[in-house]
Amino acid sequence: MLHLSPTDYDAIRLSLQVAFAATLLSLPFGFATAYLITFVTFRGKMLVEVLVNLPLTLPPVVVGYFLLLLLGKHGLLGSLLNDAGIRLIFTLKAAVIASAVVGFPLLVRSLRIGMEGIDPQLINASRTLGAPWYDALGTVILPLSLPGLIAGSSLMFARSLGEFGATIIVAGNIPGVTQTIPLAIYEYASSPSSETMALSLCLVAVVISMVVLFLHELMAKKMARRG
Amino acid sequence: MQLSMAVHKSFESFSLSTDFTVSGDRVGIFGSSGSGKSTLVSMLAGLVEPDSGEITLDGDCLFSSEKGINRRPEQRRIAIVFQQHCLFPHLSVKNNLLYGFKRCPEQYRSIDVDALVAVLKLEGLLGRGVTNLSGGEKQRVALGRAILANPRLLLMDEPLSALDDALRFQIIPYLKSVSEQFGIPYLFISHSLVEMRLMTDTVLAFAKGALVEQTTSEQLARNRMDTSPVGYINLLKLGAPSPADGLCSYPWGAAHLLISACSERTCSMAELSSKDIILFKQHPEAISARNLLQCRVRSLFNSGRKIGIELECAGNTLIAEVVQDAVNELGIVPGNTIYAAIKASAFRLLPG
Repeated sequence: MLHLSPTDYDAIRLSLQVAFAATLLSLPFGFATAYLITFVTFRGKMLVEVLVNLPLTLPPVVVGYFLLLLLGKHGLLGSLLNDAGIRLIFTLKAAVIASAVVGFPLLVRSLRIGMEGIDPQLINASRTLGAPWYDALGTVILPLSLPGLIAGSSLMFARSLGEFGATIIVAGNIPGVTQTIPLAIYEYASSPSSETMALSLCLVAVVISMVVLFLHELMAKKMARRG
Repeated sequence: MQLSMAVHKSFESFSLSTDFTVSGDRVGIFGSSGSGKSTLVSMLAGLVEPDSGEITLDGDCLFSSEKGINRRPEQRRIAIVFQQHCLFPHLSVKNNLLYGFKRCPEQYRSIDVDALVAVLKLEGLLGRGVTNLSGGEKQRVALGRAILANPRLLLMDEPLSALDDALRFQIIPYLKSVSEQFGIPYLFISHSLVEMRLMTDTVLAFAKGALVEQTTSEQLARNRMDTSPVGYINLLKLGAPSPADGLCSYPWGAAHLLISACSERTCSMAELSSKDIILFKQHPEAISARNLLQCRVRSLFNSGRKIGIELECAGNTLIAEVVQDAVNELGIVPGNTIYAAIKASAFRLLPG
């Protein structure tokens, strides 16, 4: 039997909000980055690849700390935002940014695999048939990248649901404001009498992750049938 | 169509330098793999930028390193029929066909979609996806898609090399009739001398990134007779066959040819290599070859170490090849009568 408190429901809602927002926010940037890496030849490409993949290898806490330095009141970007009256640290927006940064490499990797599978001659064909590059991007590259986009979005969404290290550094653990499922479980696990509550939230996390993966599989199969 | 290309392009392990002007509506680019054909096509279509030089099509400058002109592929109105058809897998046959048509400026749209669909016999396929089409159907859709873009020049980049023999000879009439019917000049790229003769009049032959010959497709086949492993391929138009002693007898001009293979068609095409024709000075007494034709020597030509003999047999032309010693022994000179023996199994009926 699930024992969920109102704060737990808030944590579930916030987790879903953060995961959705982080995934949606990352999609255009992820697509552009994957396109650049796959189709454009430029100097410093390897450096861009390394930077994109860096959050995958760094401990999330380190990513969070860098974000704190960047977005904090006295940070490079944070001071500018602060002057404009925008505060990010210890807000839900910070949790979204942390999840987006940590999950970004997964999205780009999947998209890149999808794009690398596109025959460059298809793009050439579209160009010689009168399509400017942006038209070819929208009518050939984007539709043929859909499997990669779906896979990347699912992975990123699932990763965002589980994001802990970077989030706790930049968004804190404020119930009802920035406390997501992993943070709530962490709090329950720190208290000896809250085992059932922690287990209930763990089960919710398992169910949400399974739903996401099922949806991903369903869409991938549908795409394969269409392909 | 008049095309001028004076370009240079270097890659790590290959470079192409060429300077030519060619006119005509049926132009061929011939060469083995690695000769630079594809690079040339890509530069012409705007997919690869030359290091230097100039490309002009019908007086319109497409590229000039000196003047800083480089028209984008979509601005050149040069469509390509690719070797691997390159149909968009996520679009239906109809949407593939209309891809270029929709993007073609109104003032250039002169081709009627329904008429083209009828010529290519694609009516029953329009609603289908492209992934399950046969190789021949895919190539017909690719051809239709390129034509419907209303290009001023059509590049056919080895469009037949991915097809088997049967499909190849099914597609050739479509390639010829569509561009002729809709008045679109084409550049046909291939490494096959037979395809060159069937599809083109003027040919530019490339080797190792340079133009080595600019001639007619017929002359090219004669020049390459010595180096080609199959010699010169005679293409024979045959009439409806009738059975004859376990073989088939085909009308060929004023003569009849006995051929091992039988066709059910009323009109067939057969290939015969110049290597498979044996010449006799006089009528042989007895011979195992089932075809013995009395011919007149029309002319002789050199092809490397071989001598080509152009014969007139029963109102048709045949090319045979011999070595110089045989020419001397047989006393072959233009105007002489000579006998050509051909085995019934030497002919290869072309499918389609």
